[in-house]
Amino acid sequence: MKTTFIVFRYDPATDARPRYDEYEVEAEGTDKILDCLNKIRWEQDPTLTYRYSCAHGICGSDALVINGNIDLACQKLIRDFKTGGNFIIEPLPLFTVIKDLLVDLEPFFEKYRQVQPFLINSQDPPETERLQDSQNQALIEPSLRCILCGSCTASCPINRANENYAGPAALLRAFRYVFDSRDTATRERLRQLDTKDGAWGCRNMWWCTDVCPKEIPVTKCIAQIKRRIKENKKEDGS
Amino acid sequence: MEHKYDAVVVGAGLAGLRAAIELGGNSRVAVISKVFATRSHSGAAQGGIGAAIGNQEEDSWQWHMFDTVKGSDYLGDQDAIEVMAKDAPRTIYELEHMGVPFNRTPEGKIAQRAFGGHTRNFGEKAIKRACFAADRTGRVILDTLWEKSLRAGIDFFNEFQVLGLLMEDGRCCGLVAYELLTGKFHTFHSNAVLLATGGAGKIYQTTSNAFASTGEGLSIAFRAGALLEDMEFVQFHPTGIYKLGILISEAARGEGGILRNRDGTRFMEQYAPKIKDLAPRDLVSRCMTEEMLADRGIDGKDYLHLDLTHLGKEVLDSKLSEISGFAKTYAGIDPVSEPIPVVPTCHYMMGGIATDSDGRVLADDKKAPVSGLYAAGECACVSVHGANRLGCNSLLDTLVFGRRAGKEIRNFIAKETPPPAPTGQADEITGRISALLDSEGSEKPGDILIGLQKAMKDNVGVFRTKESLNAALSVIEGLEQRYQNVKVVDKGCCFNRNLLEAIELGHMLEIAKVIAMGALAREESRGAHFRKDFSERDDQNFLHHTLFRHAGAGTTPEFLKKPVSITRFEPKERKY
Repeated sequence: MKTTFIVFRYDPATDARPRYDEYEVEAEGTDKILDCLNKIRWEQDPTLTYRYSCAHGICGSDALVINGNIDLACQKLIRDFKTGGNFIIEPLPLFTVIKDLLVDLEPFFEKYRQVQPFLINSQDPPETERLQDSQNQALIEPSLRCILCGSCTASCPINRANENYAGPAALLRAFRYVFDSRDTATRERLRQLDTKDGAWGCRNMWWCTDVCPKEIPVTKCIAQIKRRIKENKKEDGS
Repeated sequence: MEHKYDAVVVGAGLAGLRAAIELGGNSRVAVISKVFATRSHSGAAQGGIGAAIGNQEEDSWQWHMFDTVKGSDYLGDQDAIEVMAKDAPRTIYELEHMGVPFNRTPEGKIAQRAFGGHTRNFGEKAIKRACFAADRTGRVILDTLWEKSLRAGIDFFNEFQVLGLLMEDGRCCGLVAYELLTGKFHTFHSNAVLLATGGAGKIYQTTSNAFASTGEGLSIAFRAGALLEDMEFVQFHPTGIYKLGILISEAARGEGGILRNRDGTRFMEQYAPKIKDLAPRDLVSRCMTEEMLADRGIDGKDYLHLDLTHLGKEVLDSKLSEISGFAKTYAGIDPVSEPIPVVPTCHYMMGGIATDSDGRVLADDKKAPVSGLYAAGECACVSVHGANRLGCNSLLDTLVFGRRAGKEIRNFIAKETPPPAPTGQADEITGRISALLDSEGSEKPGDILIGLQKAMKDNVGVFRTKESLNAALSVIEGLEQRYQNVKVVDKGCCFNRNLLEAIELGHMLEIAKVIAMGALAREESRGAHFRKDFSERDDQNFLHHTLFRHAGAGTTPEFLKKPVSITRFEPKERKY
């Protein structure tokens, strides 16, 4: 079928302002949006710029705004849209555009690095594995699906208003370690998260949960951090 | 721009990161990667990592070693396989201590499941040896190692494309890279370089591999004097989603999934009576192709069914959730109630840059190293996988030999000083790229690539013949001619994908040629390499490794052989 792609174009080095270019693409219903962007680039305009790699929703490279919603270009097919074969493709909001659909994710990773995203355990490890309750493993399991695509943070209205807010992706990673029974830095982590730019920055807008391409209940995970902070304070107070 | 490091690691997948972690702290280490580290293709590994930790049933490293040797169709080097099988349990515990969130048994130990070709007691029956984190094992290990390396003070150069190695009198002393964001060239002077650039699945039309898997590490090492080993052995994974090649993990069969033909018959029962659907990948892919050639594909088409409907929603949700999602998203099928259409798909290269078990890149068939140059992971050939890799052994390979390469590099840089930078070499390398950018040719890189991918699919696939391989070589030759006339339309310097694809294409053509040449020279059938015109294994004449040495641009590579290390298990007929 014939489809029309209206694509955001902007090269800060040469363009005074962004523009939208229109391309006609012959596509099947089962083609991914990424396939169509590749077709545009290979057949019509090699200068169109965006990231991609695994092309099946694992590497997290190609989060974009497709017809107004944030999605992975490799995880959405033509047939998933009821827009009469018309597509508008734009870069992730919040982040600075480097070129066309490609944005600067460094601020996103900087927030991520701030939550100490690694296991901290002050005891010497045993000779074999540390034991872990399979229920505890199941509790953190949803957070392990995160592929760092940036969709949640880009969608979050709090992030747009407050650039100091850690944002959902970083908080989700914090959740993963706060609730991992093998981590011994829980209290330190909770103290760090107990700020208006930390867990309390979240106002339960649910946008992160709605856009997550891996269907992670991000808002609920952040809510669990908040509850844990409160419980922790209660324990300390008594 | 110029940089100085003790060691530079190319590639931020599991092998590269594991080596970098080993080196970090004591040395100045840079990791350069063509994609942001967590986008590396190790993250797509699904099913698990093999180790005889025996958490769910009795196991031993000797059994693991035997299975790997037999799986390799006796071409794997047994001294190296022993190193890997013995080191596997330590590797798993180390990962666990770093924080990898493995699935657990009811007692809280690391859970294990069955995988293709892994057996108890030297082939008796399938065994649970694969440690796993749902069906995203590679992804969580990649995340954990990346997070660990953030703590280790390693410098990352993300979205940098390696262009060539700096060599001084056979000694590697750095490399030149291209920064995608700015289009600038960077020269890295370093005492040692580790290549951990992964596979080259993109030379085939249908592959489970990422767009980034274009094999430049192999080709760059080859041009710098390294040998390429056993390149004819390309693994076709039995269960890629029809038409797309997206992988459905072997764990699906490890958990009880069954392959069926158009009659609903579980055909693997006939081919491998003992372990059936859990036979090694080369065998299953070949049987599937036979079934389809005998007109037993589904509805007479060229695919078969992977039936998971009897596993139940709970198993699919808790242990196979990623692949269930893939089936729904891409094939429009819910595996709870419908079988998944699958077809063998290019997945992994057993061959690669010839190395020893400490990651040293070899310069000749007598094991003399290329000083200062190391390789690990899929781009390397130790060789532990021989003619066919078992599932769960690739992640293990990256971690065991990534760590060992890191240790060896640490020893090397402690006693060696880098030679002065060779004059003119960096300019020569960057000059080639500038010329490519300025070329006024007429050929689109994409068109040449499509020709290559089709030729490899049609002629260098699961079944090969002398005719098909000669046909492939003649197509590749024609494409090489066209590549001389390639045109880069995008002249910009910010994320110039057009240029990147032209660079990658040059490497892919070179690798494809070596694969086809190796396959032509090997007049026998072994592991993943099946010659219809020589359908038996021939230990008399071919129980050796294939080596190719670059003989200069435009000339035919030199062919060499290397004996196989056989320590514990004499070659036997391979039956499952």
